[in-house]
Amino acid sequence: MFKKYGPLIILLLLSIAMSIASPFFLAKDNLITIGIQTAVIGVLTIGELLVIITGGIDLAIGSTLALSMVISATMMKVGIPIGLCVVVALLLGAVFGYINGFVVTTMKIPAFIATLGMSGILRGVALMITDGLPISSLPDKVAWFGNGRVFSIPVPVLVLLILAVIFQIVLSKTVFGRQIYALGSNHEATRLAGIPVNARVRYIYMLSGLLASIAGILLMGRLTGAQPTAAIGYESNAIAASVIGGASMLGGIGTVWGAIVGAFIMNVLTNGLTLLHVNTFFQQSAIGFILIMAVYIDIMQRTNNVNLLKSIKKLIRR
Amino acid sequence: MVDKIQMTDISKSFPGVKALDNVSLSLRSGEVMILLGENGAGKSTLMKILAGVYQADSGEIFYKGKKIEIQNTHDAERCGIYMIYQELNLVPDLSVSENLFLGRELKKRGGFVDFKEMNRRTREILKELNVHIEPTDLVRNLSVAQCQMVEISRALLVKAEVIIMDEPTAAITNQETEELFKQIHRLTKEGVSILYISHRLQEVMEIGDRIFVMRDGMYIDTVEARSTDQDELIRMMVGREIGDLYPKETVKQGEEILRVEGIGSADAVSDVSFSVHAGEILGFAGLMGAGRTELMRLIAGADKKTSGEIYIKGNKVSIHSPKDSIKHKIAFITEDRKLTGIIAGMPIYLNVTLSSLGKFHKFGFLDTVKEKRDTEKYVKELNIKTPGINTDIATLSGGNQQKVILARWLSTEADLIIMDEPTRGIDVGAKREIYMLMNELVKNGKAVILISSDLPEVLGMSDKIAVMAGGKITGTLMRDEADQVAVMRLATKDIVL
Repeated sequence: MFKKYGPLIILLLLSIAMSIASPFFLAKDNLITIGIQTAVIGVLTIGELLVIITGGIDLAIGSTLALSMVISATMMKVGIPIGLCVVVALLLGAVFGYINGFVVTTMKIPAFIATLGMSGILRGVALMITDGLPISSLPDKVAWFGNGRVFSIPVPVLVLLILAVIFQIVLSKTVFGRQIYALGSNHEATRLAGIPVNARVRYIYMLSGLLASIAGILLMGRLTGAQPTAAIGYESNAIAASVIGGASMLGGIGTVWGAIVGAFIMNVLTNGLTLLHVNTFFQQSAIGFILIMAVYIDIMQRTNNVNLLKSIKKLIRR
Repeated sequence: MVDKIQMTDISKSFPGVKALDNVSLSLRSGEVMILLGENGAGKSTLMKILAGVYQADSGEIFYKGKKIEIQNTHDAERCGIYMIYQELNLVPDLSVSENLFLGRELKKRGGFVDFKEMNRRTREILKELNVHIEPTDLVRNLSVAQCQMVEISRALLVKAEVIIMDEPTAAITNQETEELFKQIHRLTKEGVSILYISHRLQEVMEIGDRIFVMRDGMYIDTVEARSTDQDELIRMMVGREIGDLYPKETVKQGEEILRVEGIGSADAVSDVSFSVHAGEILGFAGLMGAGRTELMRLIAGADKKTSGEIYIKGNKVSIHSPKDSIKHKIAFITEDRKLTGIIAGMPIYLNVTLSSLGKFHKFGFLDTVKEKRDTEKYVKELNIKTPGINTDIATLSGGNQQKVILARWLSTEADLIIMDEPTRGIDVGAKREIYMLMNELVKNGKAVILISSDLPEVLGMSDKIAVMAGGKITGTLMRDEADQVAVMRLATKDIVL
């Protein structure tokens, strides 16, 4: 029970607590802000989750976001149509991701190292292209990606929703999804069962890169600009969100909806603490604390087979 | 004389099962007591209680007539009880002597580890055991048999008086087994008592003084090894007559399914040729490291071959991956179920359909209803004992896990089923069911390749036996001309005496 709905329960409890503590929390504008803020990290989280399910890790999503965004923005500045610029950004994201997958599967470099290295390379290129400076005053139309509305739903939130639904279905209902979970649980057994595991893994890293570039477009819309230093450290938030949402770093376990809930938990927490005028620097510590607790409770669930209440009691007693 | 260990009326329950029901055991000084029983009979549980891994719900343990409390493994070690687990508890990246002294390192003044003294004492013990390894060797580089000797050394180091061995011969060769038995005899002469868990009836009779038989968590009987025979033991273990252990049925052979010509790999296999026909069980015998598994991995596309050709039903095929071999209707059941077979943590039905997902989807979307229906069918046909098809495969017994893996490959509708050690770690009842299934397969026009280190099994089930040594086939024997001596002669052909 907790294993399945735990993150959701935490999110609800957290929201109730915040709405009691601050009258502004439930204001429509504030909720929309939370939604839009979560959208960028949420889209990144979907990609990270896919990689985590395969038993890997993608530390390059932040840099992928930044570089594809910067190149896209540079193209816009010289007058290339926005649509084309967006397509190029997405293609680049997919290519960067695929390269990660290639390094991991064909060159057999551990994912942590491969994507850490790639992260450095991409970030460096983004800084070189822009000389380290932000690109501002992009065409007004770009703002639609960050602030536009479709049926009065903010575009970023809508994008996150659609992607979440698509990838949840892909993971739970398709042959591809089944193979991803299987290879994440037991890579060699899955390979011997006739599934081309390396091809699948490369594809997953490609999707992660693609999703990072989509997140980049959303962020560009919000900023109507691009920064080579954008999304630094976002990968750790995406990893945290996935794990809070029930994914296992050992692979084979995790759901999209859980990871999105995980992302919301982190943003509701930051948002609430901001409303309560808590020191912003403290918020980082709070998220770190939540991450450790979420995993700890999960581990206790698995080993002791006790319910949530007991887990918390036990936690307090220690 | 007072018994060295006396366990009285031990009971132990786990959620949902009564693992031990009022079991009593007494162990004499210097004897080898065999614990025999099917999987789930409670042998390991009883031994883990003695070793302090589990605590009994009720019952008492006496050491030389004195009641003792064993709450944890330290208590057990203090009483001279040492358990060698099947999956050997050694740290691979530490040296032999570091492993021996793990947790009881010798120290010099100032708290620094006294490696010199540790190595010296380790060398002494190794010499005593006649093991040719260095105290400074990394455990990672040792063979399974050598690791076992390291464990025994550790038992000697702590001056163990009771050594528990859980299926020690499951992963070592016949020669290594002989060496192990020699050491066991040596230990018992010095008064050390051995509790020995095994499935292998033959060795049980060879090494054991008394045989303690358990079934379904209950004590059945204790018999003298000298005055019993295999049939009696099997009857006590399974509680019924199971008839011939190897129910081989000979089937008329059909067309050639697989032919291999001059196949070889970079290191383990060189220039191997053979063929197998529909209706035939082709056995592969040989010592560990003879290249049998490596050969099959080439055929199954798990590893890359460097030479040779593979023909399926007379047509040359190219196999570069397991996917290719499945396409050519080859199934490969690996020897290590846990590592390369089951997808632990996933339900049974998912484990069954994994290799044949092509049959279970519409436009890439899974047809879970059909998956579950087919799985139900296999559960019934193969008599898989499970609460349901949504059960996590890891919670099943070894025999039932193996049947699920079999179902996975049956679902691919393969023509050739390669089984690598299909009955390792499986109880007698389930073994027989797997043999019956092999019969069923060949009756339906399929071909089976059986690799096994259990010689009676290969002799009992195969129509033809290929014997390998040093990466080559050293000879092929027909069923009626094959016996243990002939096979062993071929299996040791490359070994210069």
